Amino acid sequence: MTEAKAGSQPGVVGAPVRRTGPPVPSTLRDLSRAGRTAWTLPDLDVPAVDIPDGHGRSTPPDLPEVAERDLVSHFTRLSQRNYGVDTGFYPLGSCSMKYNPKVAEQIAGLPGLQRLHPWQPDATIQGALEMLSRLEHALCEITGMFRATLQPPAGASGELTGLLIMRAYHTKQGDPRTKILIPDAAHGTNPASVTLSGYTPVHVPADRRGLVDLDALHSLVDDQVAGLMLTNPNTLGLFELDIADITRTLHDVGALVYYDGANLNAVLGKARPGDMGFDIVHINTHKTFATPHGGGGPGAGPVAVVERLEPFLPSPMVKQVDDPGADGERRGVRFAWDHDRPDSIGRVHGWNGNFGILVRAYAYVFGHGHDGLTAVGERAVLNANYLAALVRDVYPLAYPDGRPMHEFVSTAKPLRKHGVRAMDVAKRLIDLGFHPSTVYFPLVVEEAMMVEPTETESKEVLDAFAEALHQVAREAESDPDLLHEAPVTTPVRRLDEAKAARELRLTWSMGAELKAAAGAASAASAASAGQQPTV
Amino acid sequence: MRFAPHTDGDVREMLSVLGLASVDDLFAQIPSDVRLGRDLDLPAGLSEMELVADLRALAGANRHVDEMVCFAGGGAYDHYVPAAVWALAGRSELYTSYTPYQPEVSQGVLQALFEYQSLICDLTALDVSNASLYDGATALVEAVNMARHATGRSRVLVSEAVDPRYWETLRTYGRGTGYQPEPVAIDGGVTPSPEGGFADDVAAVVIQHPNVFGSLEPAGSLFDAARAAGARAIQVFDPLSLGVLAPPGELGADIALAEGQSLGNHLAYGGPYLGVIASRMQDVRRMPGRIVGETVDVDGRTGYVLTLQAREQHIRREKATSNICTNQTLMAVAATIYLGWLGPRGLEELGRQCHAKAAYAAERLSSISGVDLAYPDAPFFKEFALRTAGDPDEVQRRLIEAGFLAGPVFDAGTDGRDGRVVLVAVTERRSREEIDAFVKAFEEAVS
Repeated sequence: MTEAKAGSQPGVVGAPVRRTGPPVPSTLRDLSRAGRTAWTLPDLDVPAVDIPDGHGRSTPPDLPEVAERDLVSHFTRLSQRNYGVDTGFYPLGSCSMKYNPKVAEQIAGLPGLQRLHPWQPDATIQGALEMLSRLEHALCEITGMFRATLQPPAGASGELTGLLIMRAYHTKQGDPRTKILIPDAAHGTNPASVTLSGYTPVHVPADRRGLVDLDALHSLVDDQVAGLMLTNPNTLGLFELDIADITRTLHDVGALVYYDGANLNAVLGKARPGDMGFDIVHINTHKTFATPHGGGGPGAGPVAVVERLEPFLPSPMVKQVDDPGADGERRGVRFAWDHDRPDSIGRVHGWNGNFGILVRAYAYVFGHGHDGLTAVGERAVLNANYLAALVRDVYPLAYPDGRPMHEFVSTAKPLRKHGVRAMDVAKRLIDLGFHPSTVYFPLVVEEAMMVEPTETESKEVLDAFAEALHQVAREAESDPDLLHEAPVTTPVRRLDEAKAARELRLTWSMGAELKAAAGAASAASAASAGQQPTV
Repeated sequence: MRFAPHTDGDVREMLSVLGLASVDDLFAQIPSDVRLGRDLDLPAGLSEMELVADLRALAGANRHVDEMVCFAGGGAYDHYVPAAVWALAGRSELYTSYTPYQPEVSQGVLQALFEYQSLICDLTALDVSNASLYDGATALVEAVNMARHATGRSRVLVSEAVDPRYWETLRTYGRGTGYQPEPVAIDGGVTPSPEGGFADDVAAVVIQHPNVFGSLEPAGSLFDAARAAGARAIQVFDPLSLGVLAPPGELGADIALAEGQSLGNHLAYGGPYLGVIASRMQDVRRMPGRIVGETVDVDGRTGYVLTLQAREQHIRREKATSNICTNQTLMAVAATIYLGWLGPRGLEELGRQCHAKAAYAAERLSSISGVDLAYPDAPFFKEFALRTAGDPDEVQRRLIEAGFLAGPVFDAGTDGRDGRVVLVAVTERRSREEIDAFVKAFEEAVS
C-alpha cells in the first residue's frame, strides 16, 4: 500500500486511520445489546390505558438497544470521518460552500424562534411574521423582483414552484403551451422539474463561447414555448452576455423567463435578474446566503416573481395589516398570513417552509447589509479568477476566451495521456488535504472540474490548492499510480459503487445472509494468510 | 458582518497576478443595460452584537411554547428532544458538509443515513427507505407518484381524514403531474371501506392512521381492499405511535410516509422538518431521492455510498423519479440519534404515556359542559378533536391568554359538516398537573 508523499497532510478527515487490529463494531445494530438503555422518562402520572383491540403491535419494535455513552462515541467518531466547510476548503461548483456563520446558528436556537408551534395564531408570532416579511422584501431588492414566497424548502422545489406558476399564468391567459427551453449544460434538477410540471423539456445548445446559442434559441422559440430556464452566470461560470436579447426573445412570444439562482453569488449587488428581464427567480439560501448544507440538506428555495405573476405565488403569503381592527390593534397585530389568494397555485410545502433556515438567511442578509453583500460578490469573483489564473496552464479552461465569474470549469483532459482522469485528480487532492472540486459536471465538458472557491477563502488557501493541483499534474506524469491508488489517508479508500448498485444492501437487515457468507469467506482467507481481518 | 478575509494587500496582489487595475474590471463584461449601478436598497451591515440584538427583538415579539403549555398537534408535536441529539447533530463536521459525492471523506453522513434508513425500515416493518424528503406533505406527493408509476394508473383516492394541508399540497403538485386527488368520505371521524371495494383504475388509496383527528382507522381492512383492487396502499403514519401501534408493514401498507418532526427535531415554526418514506422492495427503483447503500472499498473494508443514482435527477434528468436534490439530511441524522436514544423500550413507554395522558385529558375535558369529543366513538392516539359551545377560535384565544396553546382549529368532516373543531394533543411532556390546569383553563374559556 502506498503512503502519501512527505509534505502532505495525512488523516485530513480527523480520526486516526487504523489499518489492522480487531474489527470494531460499525453500526448501531452492531453496538446493540439486549437490555442496554439510554432513554429516561418520568413515571406515568395518570392511569394507564390499554391500546384498543386490533390496533396494538404484536411484537415489540426491533430497534437497537444502546447506552447513551456508546451512542455519543459512535456519532462523534462518525463526525470525525466527515469533511465539512469548517474542516477546510470545499470548492464544489455551483454549491457556494462558503463559511456558515456561527452567530446564525446561535440565533436560530433562540427559544423565541425555535420553540414556536406552526399552528400558533398570527397574534402570537408577530416577530416571526415580521422577520419573514423583511426577508422577503430584502430578497426582492437583491433580485429585482416584486414579491416572493419563502415556502419552497430547496432549490429544486423552487424550480417546480416557478414552473407551476408559469403553468398557472399561461392557463389563465387561455394559452397553456407545452414546452420549456433549457440549456444542455443545465443542472439536472431543471429538466426533472420540467417533467413534473407537465411540460416537455427542449434543449438549447451552447455556442463556441459556452453561452446560449442565439441563433439556435431563435429557431426554437415558438408560441408553444411556455418559458426558458437559465442560470446567469451559467454552469460554466460565464456571464450570458446576450441576456437582454435572450429575455426579449422569449417575451416577444409571450413566454416567461426563469432564473435558477444557484449562481447568484457572482452578481450580488452588481446585477439583478429582474433587470436582466427574468420573470421568476429562485434563490438557494444554502448557497448564496450561507445557510449550512447539513450533509445534504436542509436548505430553502424562496421564489420571487415580477408583479404580473404575483397572484400565482403559493398561499399563504405574509401581509402587513393595514386595519387590524380595534381588537387587532389591542393585540398588536401588524402582520398576518394572507390566505385570500384565489389565483394561487396553492401550497408547495406542508408548513411555512424551512423557517429555521430562513432565520439564518435573514441573519446573513441583514448582518452583511448592502455593503457586505456587494463585497461578497466582488470577493467571490476575485477568488475564482485568481485561482483560475494559477492553474489554467495545466488545467485549461473549457472556454478560455471568456472571463469566468465566481466559478470556472477546467478540464483534466491533458492528463489523459498519462492514464489519469479527473476522478484520480480528485482522489489525490483528498490525500493532499483538500475536498475536491466537482468533477464530471457540467456534462458538456470532458473530464470537467468545476471549481467555486467562494469569497470566504484566503489567498493562502487558494495558493495551496493551486500548488496541490500542480503537484498532482506532475505526479500524473512521474508516478500516476499514486493517483490511481488515492486516497490512502482516509478511513476508507475508493469504494465499489458498482457492487453497491448490484448487491443491494440498503439497510442493516437487507442481504444479511449474503453478508454473513461474505464475512465467513474473508475471515477464512485472512486466517489462512495469517492476518487479522482489516477494519 | 463580513467573512471574506481579504486585506487590501491581498486584493492588490491578486489583481496584480490577474493584470487588472481594480475589482471593477472583473465586472466590466456585464452589459451596462443590466448593471445595477447603485447600492442595494438595504440597510448597511451590522456588527455581530447589533445583529443579535435585532433578532432578539424579533424573537421577543413571539410567544413561544416554553412560555405557554403546548397542547397543540396536527402533525407537529412538543415531544422531548434529548440533549444528546443536537450535541451530536450540531457537530460542524456533519452540518457544514454537503452531499457525499466524495464518499471517502463523507463516511460520517453516509453511515448515519444508512442507519437512518435501517431504523425507518425496522420501525415501519417495510423494506426500503431513503435519505429523507422535505416533509410529510411532500412525501405524500412522492408516494403518490410512485404508486402511479408502479400501477400505470391515474386515480388517487385520499381519505378526508388526511391532514388538510397534505390535501392542498397534493392538489398543487397534482396539477403538474396530471391528477387531482379524489376524496374518500369519512363517517364518525374514520374512513369506512367502500362497498364493492375500490375501482380497478385506482393507482393509490391514501389513509392517515392515526388520522388528522387522532382517530384510529380500520387501516388493515382498507389496505386489503386497496391491494385487492391492484392499487398501492399508502399510509400516512405517526412515527412515535409505532412503539404501541401496529406498524404500516404489518397492516399491509405498500408505501408509508410521515412527518418526522417528532423524531428529535424542533418545532421551529414549521421547519426544517423531515419527510419520512418507506416502501416494499417492489418499489425500490421508483423510490425518490438519495439512497445510501453498503459496499466495500479496495481493501475489503465496509463503507457506504450513494447508490441507485440512475433514479435521480443528476443522472436521469427529465426521466428522474423526482427532482429532489437537497433534502433534509441533517434532520434525518437527528432522527437517527433520537431513535438510538429511545430504543425499543423507550419508544414503547413513550407511546404508552402519550396514549394514557391523552385519554385522561379527553375524559376530563369532555366532561366540561359545552365541550364534547367530536368523534366519541372513535378510539384515538395522542390527540383528539373537540367541539365547543361557542366559537372554538375564541376558546383557543382565551386559552392562549391563560397560558395554554391548543389547536389547530379547523372544519371537520366531509365538507365541514362535522363542524369546527379544536385539536388537543398530549405528549409525554405534559404532566398531570399541566393537564389538570389546562382542563381548568378550558372550562373558563368556554364559560
